Amino acid sequence: MAAMFRADDLSVQFGGIRAVDSVSFEVRAGEVFSIIGPNGAGKTTIFNLISRIYQPTSGKLMLDGRDITSVPAYQVAGLGIARTFQNIELFQNASVLQNLLIGCHCHVKAGILSQICFLPSAKRDELVHRERAEDVIAFLGLQRYRHTLIGSLPYGVRKVVELGRALCTEPKLLLLDEPSSGLNVEETEGMGYWIEDIKQDLGITVIMVEHDMSLVSAVSDRVLALNYGRVMALGTPREVQTHPDVVRAYIGGEA
Amino acid sequence: MRYLFKTSYSQDLTIWRHNGDLFWYGLLAAVMFVLPFVLGTFYIGELGAVFIFAIAGVGLMLLTGYTGLVNLGHAAFLGIGAYTEAVLLTAGWPFIVTLPMSGILAAIAGIAIGIPTLRMSGLYLAIATLAFGQIVATVLEKWDSVTHGFDGMPVPIPSIFGVQIQGATGVYYAALVVLVFSLWVACNILRTPLGRALVAIRDSEISAQSMGINLALYKTISFAVAAFLTGLAGALFAHYVNFLAPDSFDILLSIQFLTIVFVGGIGSLHGVIFGALFVRLLPQAIAIARDYLPSKLAHLPGLEPSVFGLILVLVILFEPAGIYGRWLKTKEYFQAFPMHRRSAFRRQRTYTRSERV
Repeated sequence: MAAMFRADDLSVQFGGIRAVDSVSFEVRAGEVFSIIGPNGAGKTTIFNLISRIYQPTSGKLMLDGRDITSVPAYQVAGLGIARTFQNIELFQNASVLQNLLIGCHCHVKAGILSQICFLPSAKRDELVHRERAEDVIAFLGLQRYRHTLIGSLPYGVRKVVELGRALCTEPKLLLLDEPSSGLNVEETEGMGYWIEDIKQDLGITVIMVEHDMSLVSAVSDRVLALNYGRVMALGTPREVQTHPDVVRAYIGGEA
Repeated sequence: MRYLFKTSYSQDLTIWRHNGDLFWYGLLAAVMFVLPFVLGTFYIGELGAVFIFAIAGVGLMLLTGYTGLVNLGHAAFLGIGAYTEAVLLTAGWPFIVTLPMSGILAAIAGIAIGIPTLRMSGLYLAIATLAFGQIVATVLEKWDSVTHGFDGMPVPIPSIFGVQIQGATGVYYAALVVLVFSLWVACNILRTPLGRALVAIRDSEISAQSMGINLALYKTISFAVAAFLTGLAGALFAHYVNFLAPDSFDILLSIQFLTIVFVGGIGSLHGVIFGALFVRLLPQAIAIARDYLPSKLAHLPGLEPSVFGLILVLVILFEPAGIYGRWLKTKEYFQAFPMHRRSAFRRQRTYTRSERV
């Protein structure tokens, strides 16, 4: 299978710390690719590099053969990369529906002035986005929360809403930053099913940072293990879990 | 209670939620239209001023209430609009051109302050805009050849389609039309992706960016639109006062505009109207109260600004949702009576809740 996303010798340095140190990996179209590693291994930093919030010190990011290393952060969504955040960055004072509609933002066609005057083109745009948001609501079963404010939703539902907001951007590549953090066992299992559905029904490629090994082994095709910003192991979940370096990094001692 | 049964997505895009809304706002518009035939000149003049402040308030609400950018120099936009109007009218331009020009020049000033402050927020932005307000006030004072400095500047009486906009009634109707226009603009912004982008920036810049929102562009647009509306208000303000002096656009006026936004209810267009009424009527109330206060207190020079400041602090402490929030709570109380729950609004108290985005 062809690589849809490639990180080439990626490094980023904050002062004297190399948070990510010449990391290279390829993600194939249609797979679930997990990144694991102990705290501070540089997992989220890689996400922030891909979504262009950080600028890499060296290295290249390629999406579908196109170099995206110098694309500004706000254009990444338009290229088909969507993401969720570790600590949920939803828009607190808006309803679920409005959050999903913000996800549609990168597909807005109407100009600023036609929006200010609410010309027919702006209205058409809105109706298209509304249908898109309703599709996502139906897909994730969020109907009963449609008009609920984020502030009054339980944590587990917020995680699903954030996933939905990312889906509204109609991504090719979805970055999930710890989708199971803060969820209980059943909710984590549910999240696993959403991720499989996203991969199988919507055909979206997923890169996921995750600590919960049961979720990782249940859904991922390949796993990348990081430690201190360097690649420790790369392979199927089973290969990585039994890799001596990985075991040593997690459990310590001389395995 | 009323339950709305929606059958199409476009129902969510109308300005009126239902025909009841249309009826009440229509009635309000009709009352506003006939009011000058009923009330005396003094009250009409005051109401005109309320409208002018409300227009500027709509601008500041978009900027501070929805985009989350504090502006302590908002009076500068009003000043730029007012002087543009006066200078261009004196030069013989027609009112139909000078009015939009006032807005456009203010919008350019808005972009000029918006771009260098893109990375600022909170206190830093407040200080930067405060400085901007001072700079504009100083320019208005010192640029003698255009503004006539402290000598002041008379504002010619404009006419539109041969009708002179004169006196309290003329300003009243002009301000009413512009106010309806600016509310329409604000409603459109709030029901389109533009408004959602602004609210997204207020709530979380990092995820707004990841959703494809260009922070620099939208913050600048927010400044430009806010300044444009305030510039229009400035043009009308020039006709309201008839004679411009540079010291009327100082920090106190900026604080009055912020009071409109906070006391009215942050994140709500209804709140702007309530806030403007409050800010314009409070000085009248203080003037009346002076007659009854002990003479030492009554002749205290700083009484008015102190009362403004005190009320602003009290509202932020005890009713962050402002007058409009209080109105919603009262309405909920009666709609749910006797099943009212004390906690119905508790969760939203800590957030600035948007009326409609």
